[in-house]
Amino acid sequence: MKLTEKVPAFLRNNMYAELAKRNLKRQSVRTILAAIGIIIGVIAISSMGILGNSLKLSVTDSFADIGDKLIVSPAPGEDYVTDRQVDQINKVGNIESVIPVIADGEMIEHRKDGIDILLYVSVYDIEKDDLEKLVELEEGRYFKPGSTDCVVGSSVAENLEITPGQKIEIDDTKLRVVGILKERGLGFDINTDSGVFTSSEMYEKLYPDEDEGYDQVIVIVEDIEEIDKVVDEIEERINKKDELVTVFATNSITESLDDVFSSISLFLMGIGSISLLVAGVSILNVMLMSTMERTKEIGIMKAVGASRKDILKMFLLEALFLGVIASTAGAILTIGGSYLVMVLVVKNTSYLLTLSSMFYVMEGFFFGIATSLVGGMYPAWKASRMKPLDALRYE
Amino acid sequence: MQDLHHPIVELQDVKRIYTLGTNRIYALNGVSISIEKGDFVTIMGSSGSGKSTLLNMIGCLDLPTSGKVKVNNVDLSRLDDDGLTAIRRNNIGFIFQQFNLIPTLTAIENVEIPMIFNGASPAKRRKKAIEMLKKADLPLEFAEHKPNEMSGGQQQRVAIARALANEPPILLADEPTGNLDTRTGQNIMKLLKELNSSGTTVIVVTHDPKLEEYSHTTIRIQDGEVVE
Repeated sequence: MKLTEKVPAFLRNNMYAELAKRNLKRQSVRTILAAIGIIIGVIAISSMGILGNSLKLSVTDSFADIGDKLIVSPAPGEDYVTDRQVDQINKVGNIESVIPVIADGEMIEHRKDGIDILLYVSVYDIEKDDLEKLVELEEGRYFKPGSTDCVVGSSVAENLEITPGQKIEIDDTKLRVVGILKERGLGFDINTDSGVFTSSEMYEKLYPDEDEGYDQVIVIVEDIEEIDKVVDEIEERINKKDELVTVFATNSITESLDDVFSSISLFLMGIGSISLLVAGVSILNVMLMSTMERTKEIGIMKAVGASRKDILKMFLLEALFLGVIASTAGAILTIGGSYLVMVLVVKNTSYLLTLSSMFYVMEGFFFGIATSLVGGMYPAWKASRMKPLDALRYE
Repeated sequence: MQDLHHPIVELQDVKRIYTLGTNRIYALNGVSISIEKGDFVTIMGSSGSGKSTLLNMIGCLDLPTSGKVKVNNVDLSRLDDDGLTAIRRNNIGFIFQQFNLIPTLTAIENVEIPMIFNGASPAKRRKKAIEMLKKADLPLEFAEHKPNEMSGGQQQRVAIARALANEPPILLADEPTGNLDTRTGQNIMKLLKELNSSGTTVIVVTHDPKLEEYSHTTIRIQDGEVVE
């Protein structure tokens, strides 16, 4: 027999279930009030969980593809990463590529709708082959080595209203824009969106005095699992005597973000669980009241042959029913309510329908059931321990 | 091996002492009785005589302070709560003055209750419940009625059917006519008499001398002692 047939059959044939159902109906107002307690608790727990989770997802989403990259930058007091150090990094195992970066900041003037605006851009000298590993083209092509051409990031193109073929002016030098990059979002390595990328020859022409070394080196590791090993090895090779470079693993950011948001979720759910605690106490109260009211019935049941286990089963089943029904209602209301909030306020429902959000709904659901069971346990135990004689005499 | 000639209920020098503050109350003070299988016994006594305590002893609802109670040749003093429950379930059908039906259940479901605790299947217990309701002379159109939709006499018939459900050898009735008018009371007693003639041991506890005429044996109790 399938479970879908088994459960209704159980409810039909099982007198304990029938009794539980009727006893819950007998005091319907009280049952509904107790159920509302559980419903609120479930909603509180799961919506707080979803809230925390959505916060986390929306923040981590705004960070671009981080994870498998290391940033090697000069240690405080050092000006550059040297060629020798780059060679040492190259000797480290488990590395896919080593991308030395030279960069400088620049202000570009632009006249837009009759107003002069100043735009801050980062000018980069990155080999064309290396650049392709970091960014993607939206339109146009990459610059050729040695040429005076450049590619620009999406926000540069947007702000300066540039299309491929047009020119931009940096320090009185004109560069022809041949390509525009795809928008990438915030990163820890290079500022792609506000970047201007050109050949080494052109860069040297722009900044003739800078030839001592690199501003940073981006290291892409082969296997993200090995990232800590790579960090250690680079530190060991270069920083043996003095602290010459700082190695920063971008995944440590996501890890600490995860930690932060897990704490936030836990904190929020902790607040939510207070309401479930209150609900548990109200279940305890309700069940205790009905145990007292039904003292005589319990006595009769025991007189006609109910064992302690039978009585325990009856009362726990009642608590379980209450818990399952109320938690189901709570879960449905949570999903429905969160959907409405996200449609109306956030206007994005994608975070709700993720596995991790649903996990919080399930968590609320099971906490709700567990709470009513725990709340029902003491009254059920008490009922089962009643002496039949005392119970029968009870009026 | 069971001794075929043992009495179905046997009390040997049973004392039941309640302590109220510093007072010791002898509800039963050395009662020895034995009831044979198939007998119809009336236990007579005024209120406070100890007859209810005696009923509780026989019904495995209470244990003596000293002395020995045997039901169907089982010594009760060695049993725990669940052990006593099992003896009750298999040996004793209770009939109360207040009927004591479960208010949320219909007549037929009330009769099914003892069979549930005995582990009978739903189909079997329903069939048996109908049979027992017939035996207790309840018109079957009342089978699906709740207790509050029935008269006192009808409720007592349901209670008798419930007491018969597990086919116990003993029916134990506590003032079974106490809440009924004379005519209905007589009918209930006649029903008990019928059940007795088909082999069930019936023990009726009452203060009403009129019930004595139905029984073979009368045990009178006064101040916690058997006087006759």
